[in-house]
Amino acid sequence: MRFGQLSYDLSHLLGGAVLLLSFVLLYQRRIGAVINAFATQGTLLAMAAAWAAYAQGTPGLYLTALLALAVKGVLIPLALHRLVRELNLHRTVETALGVGPSMIAGVALVGLCILVTLPATEGARLLSRETLALAMSVVLLGMLMMITRRNAISQVVGLLSLENGLILAAVGVAGMPLVVELSTAALVLMIALVAGVFAFQIRERFDTLDTGSLEEHRGEQR
Amino acid sequence: MPLQWLIVFFAWGGAAALAAVPNLRHATLANVVVSGMTFMLALAMASEPYAQHGWTHTDTLNLPFILVSTFIGLTTAVFSAATLDREGFDHWRIRAYHAAYQVFMGAQLLALLADNLGVMWVAIEIATLATVSMVAVHRTPAAFEAAWKFFILCGVGIALALFGTIVLYLAAQPLLDDATGLSWNALMGVAARCDPATLNLAFAFLLLGYGTKAGLVPLHSWLPDAHAEGPVPISAVLSGLLLNAAMLAILRAKAVVDGHPDTVAPGPFLMALGLASVLLAALALWKRRDARRFFAWSSIEHMGIAAFAFGIGGAAATLAGLLHLIGHSLVKSAIFFGVGRAAQVKGSQKIAEVSGLVASHPALGWGLALAILAIGGMPPFLLFASEFRLLSAAMAEWPWLALLLALGMLTAFAALITVLQAMCFGERTPDVPATPGGWRKAAAATPLWLHLAAAAALGIAMPAGFASMLAMAAQVIG
Repeated sequence: MRFGQLSYDLSHLLGGAVLLLSFVLLYQRRIGAVINAFATQGTLLAMAAAWAAYAQGTPGLYLTALLALAVKGVLIPLALHRLVRELNLHRTVETALGVGPSMIAGVALVGLCILVTLPATEGARLLSRETLALAMSVVLLGMLMMITRRNAISQVVGLLSLENGLILAAVGVAGMPLVVELSTAALVLMIALVAGVFAFQIRERFDTLDTGSLEEHRGEQR
Repeated sequence: MPLQWLIVFFAWGGAAALAAVPNLRHATLANVVVSGMTFMLALAMASEPYAQHGWTHTDTLNLPFILVSTFIGLTTAVFSAATLDREGFDHWRIRAYHAAYQVFMGAQLLALLADNLGVMWVAIEIATLATVSMVAVHRTPAAFEAAWKFFILCGVGIALALFGTIVLYLAAQPLLDDATGLSWNALMGVAARCDPATLNLAFAFLLLGYGTKAGLVPLHSWLPDAHAEGPVPISAVLSGLLLNAAMLAILRAKAVVDGHPDTVAPGPFLMALGLASVLLAALALWKRRDARRFFAWSSIEHMGIAAFAFGIGGAAATLAGLLHLIGHSLVKSAIFFGVGRAAQVKGSQKIAEVSGLVASHPALGWGLALAILAIGGMPPFLLFASEFRLLSAAMAEWPWLALLLALGMLTAFAALITVLQAMCFGERTPDVPATPGGWRKAAAATPLWLHLAAAAALGIAMPAGFASMLAMAAQVIG
């Protein structure tokens, strides 16, 4: 597989689109928009997985794609929207780092990923290495989002988007064993996390979803 | 079904059954029975030759830890049976607590038994989910905060570990066939021919990912809160079992990366994280006022010591690290039994409010005092043997770092002695009126003394079979 072939180009296009959505997540200021951007990213990830299933001839990945579409494209965004509406949360996102610096940090992280992965993986197949660079960028941007947002929902969305990067990496490595099982297990973790937001009823307990206020309950300060 | 699968499914089957038992007495008793049977299965497994069955295997590295884990699982179940009535759970929480306990035990055993690194990752993930729900079980704001922090930080940690696993597979992909993919044994076989740069990348992610679970500084911040807020038995199994599973995962990753001559040596990274953990924990111990947080910080210190030992590498230091993990599991869970019981007797887990235990409750007070001495590395307990071996191995290769390590260990020891004096001796604080007696009192004290006896026995005269298993494991891994 190389540049100019449809299967190669389309995998790159979809992988790149997932990365682009990570940047979109970084600059949203309204919580609804953050959730919508995440839904779009989940849908694109599902398309990437489906294309990988077709291109690599591994039908199991269609299941991964279907689950990603159903859970990340539809269910989790709906649940999060409902949470925001029902609890009447602040609709704006409080950032610890402004949009400009976040974007600059994001670009620097992507540069770092390319510099690290491309020389490091010379032995691997071309497509795998480049998908890995994209996936690692999505992972690091997810972490960046978790660091720069003070609001619990945006932090959860950051972790969910980090996990999108993992799935992108897993489906990009052709022949990865247990990929369906691993991606499903990772998905279960993410569903549990969203369930945790509901179960822990952070709003009721703490009156705000700003995780800064949780700090009052930290260990020794009681 | 091979024993290796049976033991995991037995625990999970027990979880399903326990979820249906609403009565406290029946549930705690059934939990003890299931844990006891699991321990029997582990003993039976130890008498079998090493074997691989599908995604699981037994080898010299995991078998000692399976024995220790199931033993601690059993004693913790006994302790839990004796003390759980004081938690005031309704029947839903009784079901959830016991089911989560056995789900955790099964996942812990699977994490140890797994040969396939993907399966190991899934097992550690399940263990995390089970423990998060147990940390949150009290439903107080502080418990939610602890559980949420635990969940988010370890969620990121295990996500990074999965990424590392994927990259590790990418490194070995041209050399593996579909049937053996992600098998640790197969990876060890081909490690010398993998792409070294990709191996480096994989190790970085695996170390950060599983290092978060193992509580290495600077990835430790979830650990003290998670240990302080759940029911006491959870602190015992978190420190005694889950940290070990994460540490062994790091150790297996290190062995693969070490198998290639041209990779960046993983040892110094482990040593750096380990030393940072020891030094930070040694200082942080002085500022703790909450007994369970204090001993959670001590777990961070001991994970640091073990990581430092594995970082030095070689058979001698690796053996010291393995012994240290086992000794720490036994003694730290004993301490949590003692602290948990003391907190129930005194109605508080603040160090200042738990004082004079030796005078008011001699068995508990002396047991806790001995356990604190044991965790500080006093002979005749196992941690003395492991720390002595580690320091002599470190002195031979890294004398300056060994001095720093010894300084950290001494500072921590001094903090331990201060807390020992405060809690066990010192002025007697008043008890909560309704202290139960009878079998509960005996059953709550037995696990502590049993663990101390085990740690002392392993320190003085380790059974030859157990010792040779660990020595062989250290040869393979180190």
